[in-house]
Amino acid sequence: MNNNRERLVEIKNLQTYFFLDEGTVRAVDGVDFNIHRGETLGVVGESGCGKSVTARSILNIVPKPGKTVGGEILYHRKVKGVEQTIDLTKLAPQSSEMRNIRGAEIAMVFQEPMTSLSPVHTIGNQICEAIRLHQGLDQAAARELAIDMLALVGMPLPNRTIDQYAHQLSGGMRQRAMIAMALSCHPSLLIADEPTTALDVTTEAQILKLMRQLQDELGMAIMYITHNLGVIAQMTENVVVMYMGKVVEQADVDTLFYDPQHPYTRALLQSIPRLGQKTARRGAGQRRLASIRGMVPDPYALPKGCSFHPRCSQMIAGECDQIEPQMIEVAPGHKVRCLACTGI
Amino acid sequence: MTEALKNTTSAHTATATPESRNPILLEVKDLKKHFPIQRGFLVTRVVGHVKAVDGVSFFIREQETLGLVGESGCGKTTTGRLILRAYEPTAGEIWFNDRKMGRVNVPDLDKRQLKLLRQNMQMIFQDPYSSLNPRMTLLQIVGEPLLVNGVAKGKELQDRVAELLRVVGLRPEYMTRYPHAFSGGQRQRIGVARALALNPQLVVCDEPVSALDVSIQAQTLNLLQDLQEQFGLTYLFVSHDLSVVEHISDRVAVMYVGKLVEAAATEALFQRPLHPYTEALLSAVPKPDPRLRTEPIVLQGDVADPANPPSGCYFHPRCQYAIDRCSTEGPELRELEPEHFVSCHRAEELRLMGVLGRVTP
Repeated sequence: MNNNRERLVEIKNLQTYFFLDEGTVRAVDGVDFNIHRGETLGVVGESGCGKSVTARSILNIVPKPGKTVGGEILYHRKVKGVEQTIDLTKLAPQSSEMRNIRGAEIAMVFQEPMTSLSPVHTIGNQICEAIRLHQGLDQAAARELAIDMLALVGMPLPNRTIDQYAHQLSGGMRQRAMIAMALSCHPSLLIADEPTTALDVTTEAQILKLMRQLQDELGMAIMYITHNLGVIAQMTENVVVMYMGKVVEQADVDTLFYDPQHPYTRALLQSIPRLGQKTARRGAGQRRLASIRGMVPDPYALPKGCSFHPRCSQMIAGECDQIEPQMIEVAPGHKVRCLACTGI
Repeated sequence: MTEALKNTTSAHTATATPESRNPILLEVKDLKKHFPIQRGFLVTRVVGHVKAVDGVSFFIREQETLGLVGESGCGKTTTGRLILRAYEPTAGEIWFNDRKMGRVNVPDLDKRQLKLLRQNMQMIFQDPYSSLNPRMTLLQIVGEPLLVNGVAKGKELQDRVAELLRVVGLRPEYMTRYPHAFSGGQRQRIGVARALALNPQLVVCDEPVSALDVSIQAQTLNLLQDLQEQFGLTYLFVSHDLSVVEHISDRVAVMYVGKLVEAAATEALFQRPLHPYTEALLSAVPKPDPRLRTEPIVLQGDVADPANPPSGCYFHPRCQYAIDRCSTEGPELRELEPEHFVSCHRAEELRLMGVLGRVTP
């Protein structure tokens, strides 16, 4: 999987736990994957699988009582042509070093633009803050750049929009403003956490097209977090599938959709209604969707062994419910965590 | 609009072959809901109207599923609520073939009749977290419709609730628990059980799977289909997700800014859409297949403001096929092909792209 490409971020055995009164939730429990320069990596999984917490761990903004308790996040940065490797987990969240990276070199676009933009500051105010903080420009120059960024993300009348508040913009426009802010300092990695989930399909199409264009122009890597397999198929090169805080399968997007190995990945792909499927068979034939039985387990009491085994159709009694499977590379770049399908 | 109405009514009599088609259960004619926009403090005045639903006509046959799709703010949820008269319609007719009262016009019913009607019309809500009272047990939630309507009480009520929970795939022992003890998918099942308590004829499903995870979504859709078969239910399925709507619906109606732009049998609409908005919607859905990376039709601008809609056809500022006529004259809903209704001036000449690509007729 793109081994020839330069690594940008290496996540090694990341563990982020939440210490609550009811017990410890292992939101991220031993996650390994790499993000290469300029690639689009998709992270897919259902709610509570740890995909957002992984993203927040990279930026060191895990909300309390969450804490990264183990593992490494190696970030390979280039400062004036000199390569540097920093372990982001070792930095204090408030340290100046972390603050220099966060927002400038690694930026994030959140799911709900209404709650992640400040309601009492204008759009321009918020974008300028990021620019002035990281690039040290004066007010006039920052404003100039902010208008350029808004124009770049296709905001109509950027000269006027810059002085508007978040509530005056539509959902799609707000998300464009978020993207403009995230890209204003030319990050090498953009983390997009469900950026289009709250949007309508036609607006989603606009934003997805915009993100592809911007990636071509600016060449940043994108870590795209979503539960929508359609978006994964259309947008990404490599995909990481997560279940209950662990990566269960990792492959390039074509392999993942055409040769999935893990029973969870297979079941997910079968359980989505596909546009055109029923029309193609003229409404005849099978009417039911294949569904995964049961539900996501209680995070306080994860099942022993493989955490998917109670819902798995290929479960081997006495093995899957006892032994925790390891990540096995079944083909170059294709890794699976499953006893039943790797045979180990 | 009257023209469209005549079309709609004549359509049923003209094209429906009696042996293959079920009788019509619900018929909506020129339904309107205008919400007033009020300004001022102490002395309020009406400064305008949000035309949330503005002249919608459609029908649903017994035991079929009509999918109602559109983007947020297009009036699809309002339409669903108007049918149950959760909102008072501003104008229009809603003819319902009630099991007990016969064919009635819902807006004309008095309070007592409305209570009878709602035994046969129920609703499933989008958000299973906010639509269940956290202080009530499952027995109270699911049993309330039975109690209020004097259908059952005491031991009989418990037995009925146990039966309902079993039907939706929950264990009857859970009856004494509160909603917080259940996951999103299970809560949605509780909502379904409550809707089915009185054995309704029509169930309005308002985005019933939108808040659920992918794997739970499939379970819930299967459950809804099984129940439809088992109890002969009729669904009005309101959703913004076109893949889900294609999967579950027999016929589909598409709304844009308070108006119905197209309605047809599912396969006809998805294979050969006649309205440019339907075409754009279909192409915008991200396809879950990396080998089919298509360039979607990207609509310019945003959905029109229903308080201040554009002149002529509401879609014309975003439509790539718009001509001069579109900006001056609003199109009527016409039956262009049997059972395929569309409101577009250029519907005859355009060859639009469906989900299987462009079809030459």
